[in-house]
Amino acid sequence: MATKVVDRRPLSWAEKTYIPQILSGLRITFRKMFNPVVTLEYPEQRPTIPDNYRGVPTLVKDPHGREKCVSCQLCEFVCPPKAIRITPGSIDEASGNEHIEKAPKDFEINMLRCIYCGLCQEVCPEEAIVLQDIFSANGYTRQEMVYNKKKLYELGGTLPDKHFKWDKKKKASEQAPSH
Amino acid sequence: MAEKEVSIADIANRSQLFEEELKGETMTINMGPSHPATHGVLRLKLEMDGEYITKCDPVIGYLHRGSEKIAENMTYTQFIPYTDRLDYLACVHNNVAFALAVEKLAKLDVPERCAAIRVLCCELARLASHLLGVGVYGMDCGALTVFMYTFTEREKIYSRLEELTGARLTNSYARIGGLARDIPDGWLGKVLETIESCERCIDDCDKLLTRNKIFYDRTVGVGVISKADAIAYGLSGPNARASGVTTDLRKDKPYSGYEKYEFDVPIGKEGDCYDRWLVRVVEMKESIRIIRQVVDTMPNGLWYNDEAKRIVAPRKDKVLTSMEELIQNFMIVTEGPQIPEGEAYFEAENPKGWLGFYLVSKGGGVPYRLKIRAPSFCNLSILPKLLVGHLVPDIPVILGSFDFVMGDCDR
Ligand code: SF4
Ligand code: SF4
Repeated sequence: MATKVVDRRPLSWAEKTYIPQILSGLRITFRKMFNPVVTLEYPEQRPTIPDNYRGVPTLVKDPHGREKCVSCQLCEFVCPPKAIRITPGSIDEASGNEHIEKAPKDFEINMLRCIYCGLCQEVCPEEAIVLQDIFSANGYTRQEMVYNKKKLYELGGTLPDKHFKWDKKKKASEQAPSH
Repeated sequence: MAEKEVSIADIANRSQLFEEELKGETMTINMGPSHPATHGVLRLKLEMDGEYITKCDPVIGYLHRGSEKIAENMTYTQFIPYTDRLDYLACVHNNVAFALAVEKLAKLDVPERCAAIRVLCCELARLASHLLGVGVYGMDCGALTVFMYTFTEREKIYSRLEELTGARLTNSYARIGGLARDIPDGWLGKVLETIESCERCIDDCDKLLTRNKIFYDRTVGVGVISKADAIAYGLSGPNARASGVTTDLRKDKPYSGYEKYEFDVPIGKEGDCYDRWLVRVVEMKESIRIIRQVVDTMPNGLWYNDEAKRIVAPRKDKVLTSMEELIQNFMIVTEGPQIPEGEAYFEAENPKGWLGFYLVSKGGGVPYRLKIRAPSFCNLSILPKLLVGHLVPDIPVILGSFDFVMGDCDR
């Protein structure tokens, strides 16, 4: 094993007088004065959030404004601290998503329990739940911190969709010969 | 009732029983659980004879969350976020160690790129952890400046980890048989910039403290651990190496491709607080050396094992477009990665020491039993022996030089 014994010498006579240390220390601290500022004036200046940041989990809609979640409850299952509660319901006829059978009637995420691990986003087969760049969820009461479906959609907004998988399915089933 | 006769000899005998008290009173004081020098919630019950410690009784468990039991109630993948909370100063390292332990049990290999990214993250985590450890050590000795400088650099490393994993602290990056995602474009270049500025910072701290007479006098000869003691008490990591024990799992039992990289293992001579400082400073420089090598030789390819269909969840775009992968995704999530029956013990060289996971599986996606060997716990076990005979003001210096994390110790 390549080991190396650390360099350990007793202090020299000059070093015992403190003077070389004071001088080199002052040089370093003086140089640091001209370094760029690294702190942020937080509420006024916001940090830049990188892509794929794991902030508050939100529900998103597809570019046609349709709900993406199909209430499969996979995220509810995987969530390690059990922060998600889903009540499945039937889909709204007017949504234009008739090929899907289910939608969540209610979808609650308890932000006090959520640990922002991102597993829900990872397992979702619809890309419906996405951890976005909001990092400062706050409220005055515990109840306020349980985000319901409306709030989650408000925070989530619309994200581009690469696949439109249900539209494709619908088309395929329309084109298929009927039995 | 006849009066009991008491002879002079009896009285003389009895006084021997109280010999202890005759020496003068000792005082019991509590240090912690919330004391800035105990780095978290460690409580030390100290018996003092004047300023000298005659007995030390560490009380731990204030941060106990039962991680081992929690693991029995969830799938292997779901436990990964919990490993973040063991040694929360080097989260990625815990993730990787846990994933490697499960992979050892499942006899699963990962592609080269995955192994290289893991090494890179581990070394970044080690660098971040040591930067903090060295900084607060300086602060415990009264040198506040060093802490400010190292903390700045640590934040830069955390920004890199944030870009990679999505979170600054609780990274949850490793997965069983792979990683959560690939490295983003241009990220490696930023890592090189970051470690360059870290290197400058380490040199500055070295210059500020290592030859400083105040720091030198404060740490030399304080908290001396002999080589025999370090082995007897199961010390590991930099603390053991400072006492002259040549142990580094990255060299002894290389994992995740550590054998491919060149680095030296710093060893101390005396085992005192000063040696622990020197070892950490050199170790950070060695980490930087490893990171440079990894970045230079980063292999291409996949960052997860795509052959283990029952363990690794399929790629997202496949899940969205193909029925087979969709079902596979559902199976892995609901049943957990299918790990065969058996037992495995795996240790990794964490920044604090050896982090070991002992796993028992009865098949299926949930561990039957998980035992965590926490480095901080074992390192702290020497305190009752070490602190006796020291002065109270030495305690922050000794604790600072140990660089422990209570989340790891109590788990
Ligand atoms: S958010 Fe995704 S995973 Fe959760 S219920 Fe909806 S479709 Fe399923
Ligand atoms: S981010 Fe993690 S903790 Fe939060 S809701 Fe999703 S799975 Fe649950």
